[in-house]
Formats: sequence, C-alpha cells, structure tokens
Amino acid sequence: MSDPFALEFMRNAFVAGTCIALAAGVVGYFLILRNQVFTTDALGHTAFTGSLGALVVGIDLLVGVFGSCVAVALAIGSFGGRGRGRDVAIGTVFAWVLGLGVLFLSLYTTNRSAASGTIGVSVLFGSILGLQQSQVVVGSIAGLITLAIALLIARPLLFLSVDPDVAIARGVPARALAMVFLVLVAATVAESVQAVGALLVFALMVTPPAIAQNLSSRPWLGIALSAGIAVGALWAGLVLSFYASLPVSFFVTAVVFAGYVASELRKRFA
Amino acid sequence: MSWDFVVDVQLLLQFHFMQNALAAGTLVALLAGAAGYFVVLRGQSFIAHMLSQVGFPGAAAAVLVHTSPIVGLLAFCGIAAGGIGLAGPRLGAGSRAESAAVGSILAFSLGLGLLFFRLYAGSAQGIYNFLFGTILGITDRDVQLTFAVAAVALAALAFIARPLIFASIDPDVAEARGVPVRAVAIAFLLVLALSVAITVQIVGTLLIFSLLVAPSAVATQLTARPAVAIALSVGISLAVTWLGLAIAYFTDVPVGFVVTTLAFIPYLVLRVARAR
Repeated sequence: MSDPFALEFMRNAFVAGTCIALAAGVVGYFLILRNQVFTTDALGHTAFTGSLGALVVGIDLLVGVFGSCVAVALAIGSFGGRGRGRDVAIGTVFAWVLGLGVLFLSLYTTNRSAASGTIGVSVLFGSILGLQQSQVVVGSIAGLITLAIALLIARPLLFLSVDPDVAIARGVPARALAMVFLVLVAATVAESVQAVGALLVFALMVTPPAIAQNLSSRPWLGIALSAGIAVGALWAGLVLSFYASLPVSFFVTAVVFAGYVASELRKRFA
Repeated sequence: MSWDFVVDVQLLLQFHFMQNALAAGTLVALLAGAAGYFVVLRGQSFIAHMLSQVGFPGAAAAVLVHTSPIVGLLAFCGIAAGGIGLAGPRLGAGSRAESAAVGSILAFSLGLGLLFFRLYAGSAQGIYNFLFGTILGITDRDVQLTFAVAAVALAALAFIARPLIFASIDPDVAEARGVPVRAVAIAFLLVLALSVAITVQIVGTLLIFSLLVAPSAVATQLTARPAVAIALSVGISLAVTWLGLAIAYFTDVPVGFVVTTLAFIPYLVLRVARAR
C-alpha cells in the first residue's frame, strides 16, 4: 500500500495521465489566448452524451467520445460567428445535448447490471484509476499525437491569436488553422474526459494555462509552464488520491485551484 | 395511462411524492420564468450557469451534514451571488482573465461536490439526481421552503422590476435619473441565486438553462413588451414543467431529458422560423 508504483493501475494512470496532461496544458494555453474557454465547456457536455450514446448502440466508448467531440468542434467552427446572444443559443443547445445524455444514461443503465450504474459518474468525473490496457494505449498515443500537432502549428497559431490582422496579411491560413485548432481542442477534451471527467476538463485545460499566463507573459515559457503545471497537478492528484483514498479528480481540481489562487495573489500583491 | 384527461390527472396526483413534485415544480416555474426574463435581458445567462454549478457542492455538503439539499443550495448560491455582485456586475465570459477565473472556479466547485459525495458514500443515483434532477424525493418541508423562497424572490422581483428593466436597457441614463443601478444589480443577483437554488430541485444543476433561460429566450423573441414577455416566459416555463413531470411520471424517461427537450422544441422552432 505504501508504494504507488507497485500497482499496475497506478503505473497505467501515470503513463496515460502524463501524456494527456501534456497535451491539455499546451492546447489549453492557446484556448485562453484565443478566448475560447467556453468551447471546451460545450465539448465536455458533448463528450458525456457521445460516450453514453456509443454505449447504448453498442460501440466503444472511446469512439463515441472522440467522434462526437470532433463532429461538434467542426460544427462550431463552420457556423462560426461571435457576439451577444450567442451564449443563450449555446447554453440552450448544450443543455439539451446534456439532457439527451441523461436519456442515454438511463437507457444504458436500466438494460444492464447494477455495476453499469456508475458509468455515468466515470464519464462525468473521470476514471483514470480504472483504465483498461487498451484505453491506456489509446489515451497515451492520442495525447502524444495531439501534443505533436499542437507544437507543430504553435508558431503560426501564436501569431494568428495575438495579431490576427497582421497574421492574415502575412499569409497565415487563418481559417484552416482555426479549424485544425478546434479539432485539436476536441481531441484533447476527449482525452481529458478519461483523466478528470467531462465536467472537470477545465482543471487540465484552463486552470494550468491561466496560472502560466499569470506567471509569465513570454509565450514559449508560458506553454512549457502550462504543460508542466498540468502534469504536476495530475501527478499530485494521483499520489494524494492513492494515500487518502478519495477521488483523483477532486485532488487535481483542488491542486490547480490552489495554484491559481496563489498566482492571482502573487500578480496583485507582488 | 389513458387518453382520458381527468383520469390521467387523478393518476398523476395519487402519490404524495408527485403532489410534492408538482407543487414545487409550479413554484419553480413561476419564479424561473419571471427571473429568466431578466437573465436574458441582461445577458447574464452565463452567471446563472455558474451559480447552478456552484450549487452542486452545496447540495452535496447539505446531504453530508444530514440536512435538506435545498438548504445547501441556498447557502452556496447566495454566497456565490454575493461574491459576483461585489467582484463586479460585468462578470461573465467576456475577457480572457474572466473566463479563466470562472472556468477554474467551476471545475473546483464540481470537484468539491464529488468529494462531498464520496465522503458521504452516496450512490451514483444520488449524484445524477443533483446533476440532472429528479421527480422523487421532494419532501413536505422542501415544498414549504420552496414556497417561502419563491414568495420572497417574486416579491423582491416585483419591487425592483421597473428600475431593473430601466437599468438593464440603458444603465447610463438610468444612473443619471437616480436609479441605484449597482444596488439593483446586486439585488437581482440575489433573486437569481434563490431562483437557481429552487430550480435545481427539478432539473438539476447541469440543466438549469431549460427552465431559467430557454423559455424567456423564446418569449423575448416573440414580443418586445416586458409585461407580455414575462407572462409568456412564465407560461412556457409552467407548461414545460407540468408536461415534463407528467411525461416523466408516466413513461419512466428521466425528467431532465423530458424537460430539456420540451424547452428546446419551441426555441428550435422559433429559430428555424426566424432563419427563413
């Protein structure tokens, strides 16, 4: 009981969690820079409905999560448009999407054994300690691929996010880049659902980059910090949860939130 | 269930839990419909979303200390509304820093709710009930408390309605005319906290939009006159709640899904009609 690494499920959680947290920290940095935080909220809701919908029709949960998130991200990207009144539209649509997830949840759980009753909680709040071997592999590889693509497009994306007009004038393919980024966000949300759950993706994708931006205004340092904080928080969450026997997701949210409050205080009073 | 309306209503009301759910639901719909009009008018739907998610650990904490969830909801939502009111009336998903702050608070409060549930060793169903609503488990005391909350909140709303509309439409002119804009804004936030806290009982913390925002979004699209819009919004809310509870009761489909769908249909129809 004293050594977390003696147990296979803990080693799995560390491996998959590290890859996912790296991707979440890097993609999240651009999310804040581009002020698209609430796209993540919508995608988290989608992930819940998508994964339970997949289970209801009998396909793999992972397929449902990735498929639904990417589809919705593409839809958001092609409808585009910002401005007032949009939060009412988004909120109303995604409340219904979540309602649909509730229907799937009840369809899935009433047709199966009592053990399946907790699947909804796993999707909402994460299940990193219960990952199967195949999920570890998929989660880790997906995390690393997302990370690689994010780093690959980081330079033009930074340019586009900081000064869109000049970037477009210089020939940066703005629309394509924004679209690729949305797909990256969707993939990262789908990965993060496994780690911290559909409701808590902010804890890996929003709070770590927010801390990083409070600490440094230099973009590359910020990206590195953001990834480092996400990974550190996940590790801390796993270790604390191991010894305290309480949910990993709670500790991850608590650690990053404490870091965020500290970084805000430092910014104001130092 | 039959197609005889009178028999159906008798069936619907034969159990005490359903009487309680319908009584609480009616009060919720009245307040949510009225307060929702101002939420849409003031563009504060995001704050409603935030208040409801902060309510989740409140409900869980109340269960942990063996009181009624609504007590915890009222406390957490009230404190959060006070905090938002003091932090500044314009808080929302606007600037980068704000959305980062709000996102961080949301994740932490949901994580905290999960912790309280685990400490209590609550069942998965218990979590779903708070997130997505339930028609079971509303006690006589909850109905009384809901009645008191709705009465106070509706009275307060009626009292501040005129200056609130003025301040929402044109804050600068309202201020120049001597309307205490900031005090009215904070008073409304507290009314909103009360509305959110009792609405969560029916549709849960995650589906609050279906009663608090969707009906008034439809109403404000149909008419520009405030009194008519408020009446319409309340009417839609009531219809959605009653029908939703009845369908959930007769079919065993979760109430959260029924209510969100019923609230979504008129909104969708209107959007499609407008788009033509």
